[in-house]
Amino acid sequence: MAKDGELIMKFGKLFSFRGGLNLAKYQHEPADTTIGITGIPERLIFPLQQHIGEPAEPVVNVGDKVLKGQLIAQATGPISAPVHASSSGTITAISDYPVPHASGLKASCIELHTDGCDQWIADRKIIGNTYKQLSPIELGEHIHQAGIVGMGGAGFPTNIKLNAGQQNAVDTLIINGAECEPWVSCDDMLMRERPAEIIIGAQIMMHALHARRCIIAIEDNKPAACSSLKNTINSLKPQADSNNNPGTLEIIEVPTIYPTGGEKQLIKILTNKEIANKELPQNSGIICHNVATATAVYRAIFCAEPLISRLITITGDIPHSQNREVLIGTPAGDLIEMGGGQRSALKQIIMGGPMMGIALQSDETPVIKTTFCLIGQTRKSTLVDITNKNILPCIRCGACADVCPAQLLPQQLYWYARARDFKKIKDYSLSDCIECGFCDYVCPSNIPLVQYYRYAKAEIFSLEKEKQKSDIARTRHEFHLSRLQREKEERAARHKQKINKLAARRPAIDSPAIDSPAMDSPEQKKSPPHTAINTAQNNKNIETP
Amino acid sequence: MILNTPGSPHIHAKTSVTAIMLNVVLALIPAIVAYVWFFGWGILVHMFIAAATALLTEAFVLYLRKKPIAPALLDGSALVTAILIAFCIPPLAPWWISLTGTAFAIVIAKHLYGGLGYNPFNPAMVGYAMLLISFPREMTAWLSPGTIEQLSLNLAETFTTIFSDAPIPDAVTMASPLDTVKTELARGQSISGLPQETLSGMFAGKGWEWCNMAFLLGGAYLLYKKIIHWHIPVAVLASLVMFSALFYMIDNEHYLSPLIHIFSGATMICAFFIATDPVTASTTPKGRLIYGAGIGILIYIIRTWGGYPDAVAFAVLLMNIAVPTIDHYTKPRVFGK
Repeated sequence: MAKDGELIMKFGKLFSFRGGLNLAKYQHEPADTTIGITGIPERLIFPLQQHIGEPAEPVVNVGDKVLKGQLIAQATGPISAPVHASSSGTITAISDYPVPHASGLKASCIELHTDGCDQWIADRKIIGNTYKQLSPIELGEHIHQAGIVGMGGAGFPTNIKLNAGQQNAVDTLIINGAECEPWVSCDDMLMRERPAEIIIGAQIMMHALHARRCIIAIEDNKPAACSSLKNTINSLKPQADSNNNPGTLEIIEVPTIYPTGGEKQLIKILTNKEIANKELPQNSGIICHNVATATAVYRAIFCAEPLISRLITITGDIPHSQNREVLIGTPAGDLIEMGGGQRSALKQIIMGGPMMGIALQSDETPVIKTTFCLIGQTRKSTLVDITNKNILPCIRCGACADVCPAQLLPQQLYWYARARDFKKIKDYSLSDCIECGFCDYVCPSNIPLVQYYRYAKAEIFSLEKEKQKSDIARTRHEFHLSRLQREKEERAARHKQKINKLAARRPAIDSPAIDSPAMDSPEQKKSPPHTAINTAQNNKNIETP
Repeated sequence: MILNTPGSPHIHAKTSVTAIMLNVVLALIPAIVAYVWFFGWGILVHMFIAAATALLTEAFVLYLRKKPIAPALLDGSALVTAILIAFCIPPLAPWWISLTGTAFAIVIAKHLYGGLGYNPFNPAMVGYAMLLISFPREMTAWLSPGTIEQLSLNLAETFTTIFSDAPIPDAVTMASPLDTVKTELARGQSISGLPQETLSGMFAGKGWEWCNMAFLLGGAYLLYKKIIHWHIPVAVLASLVMFSALFYMIDNEHYLSPLIHIFSGATMICAFFIATDPVTASTTPKGRLIYGAGIGILIYIIRTWGGYPDAVAFAVLLMNIAVPTIDHYTKPRVFGK
């Protein structure tokens, strides 16, 4: 927990994180420098899980007619987000479709056939400037209902990162405009074209967090975005003052080094604070949101528009690469076609940047809330394809350790991952790996390091699950044994009591003759079957937890 | 439609093991020139024998191990091992010296441990140590710089000398400066009473100082190209300078000056080309400093009080043993911890 004294951070001076490299040589400006509008696709697919947490639960049935902006799946549990229809039409299926996930598994989705009318729901309640009268909890609820999640890629429900103001003193809101992955330029475009939305969105977030300052971090290779935001801040300033807004907004240029856009790396650069793995930034008085998320918050409050569209970069081997405003749920292949790419010529589609993006298994996979880039690749790819390269043994040159932003030793992690020495690999802090892919990128032996780490992480995860299971089984078994013991003792005690009682009664009823041991023996003989039944019942309990 | 689904990242820097190894060979060129200048063509002949042996034995062992041959030959690691061994062999030593040394390095030190990336000991140094122990006479018969001018052997003659059975006349060979110093000191001589020609040249023995300077130049190139880290060379040289300066200050009649220590013998090739072999060196930043310092200190100890005039091979091999332990205790601080 940050103390007040620690909250005063020195800005103006930037810090650095270890590792990382400039990937500017891959920077790729889209052919078209305006925001492209895409039409309404025939078919929209909404995965129920587009965020971290519990998947949403459908509230529509097959055959239902829905309108644009209508809730089609509601949040379940404390960490979850609802899903809204991004255009009007008919629900045609609720079943499993390919989704953008590294596992390549299908997941539950709602399929919508659009009617082309794009008709909005009625009674949209615009909150507008009255948001200042709302409490952070009410504001958070509105943002939650709009289905807003972190749009920089993580997909963490935004309202949870705005209610932190309740328990923790959040001093600083960082708006992350550092999209460090090469090829991606949608955040840059957003900052250039819609600066007011970002800034008002940031002000709403500051209000919810009671944050005193807001930093918008932009990479220093995006001067246009920077000046556009600066102009907007200056033009909005008088208004902000008249509304008695105590918070300050500033823009800070950060070096263009991959992975500056990582939350922890950005915080380190701006504040010199290192947020450990599994630590939350809010415990240090910092909250980080993406620029696109700020826009979504603005739209939810000022336009009563849930998160149903977003800006994404569509690029790769297509004639017309562009940043486009895309409806959530649009199949990736449709967008590649809109950019002039040939669907049949596609060899792979990467969703996300070239460093951390997922290669989609199908061109039907939809764009989700966290998608910021689509890279279509044909056979003659402009991206370097490493799959055909020879994988040589690791020569421990340490190039990977030099670039690792988590300051790990990737060469040792690789060694132990290969050896399946999961205890050792934990000693080398595998869990701190953010899978930025840099080790892999620089490896002279072309070793797919990140894949080894994913494998090891998955193995450790399943081993731990198994251990948990066996722990539970063991405690259950121990409990079972102790209960048997207890029951046995209780029975013995009851038995003794009975004998005593009988012995006490006996002289009164019929004083002589009856042999007490003879009475005992049938009781004793009865007890083993009892135990057997008990055991059987207990076994049953174990089997059906 | 089914698409390709490789794991991320989807781009890759244009680096390769081959490029690294070729840069190392490139960095050795100034030293090769210096060797040829002072010691004649012998090193080129031995380099050729060693390289041919290395590639052939590598291919043969890979064939026996049922591993793909072409990628391993093309990675250039065997070539670098061969060239480093050739640097350690007296220029007019018989041909079978470089042949057995290289074959031993590749087969025993490299492939018996699993090949590239798995060998705990520097193969070139294992090969050299084996030669030094097994054939001490051939391995210590260095030409005195300049004698080659009197012999005036051209490349072809050097070739026939190396491949003939006739031993080179003792008159033209002599021990290296470090060797002479060691022998004389053992005889009770003091440094000022050493024969004039021992340490002629500018400061560290004629020829040897220039060869070391050439290795330093190549090392600077490797540092510039970011093929090696600064930690190991700096630690090796700094520890050697510190130790030798300490004893030199105490008694300059019986201990050689730091300048002679770092510019004579195999100091520079060790600091920049041998100790920095990534496979067998420590891999953490702090570990590299400890590893390098250990080598520097061991070089001084063995040179001064040990049984051998130079000590690079043994110092490196001894520290190779310590690498797993060093690595274990020098893990860098993880981000946020």
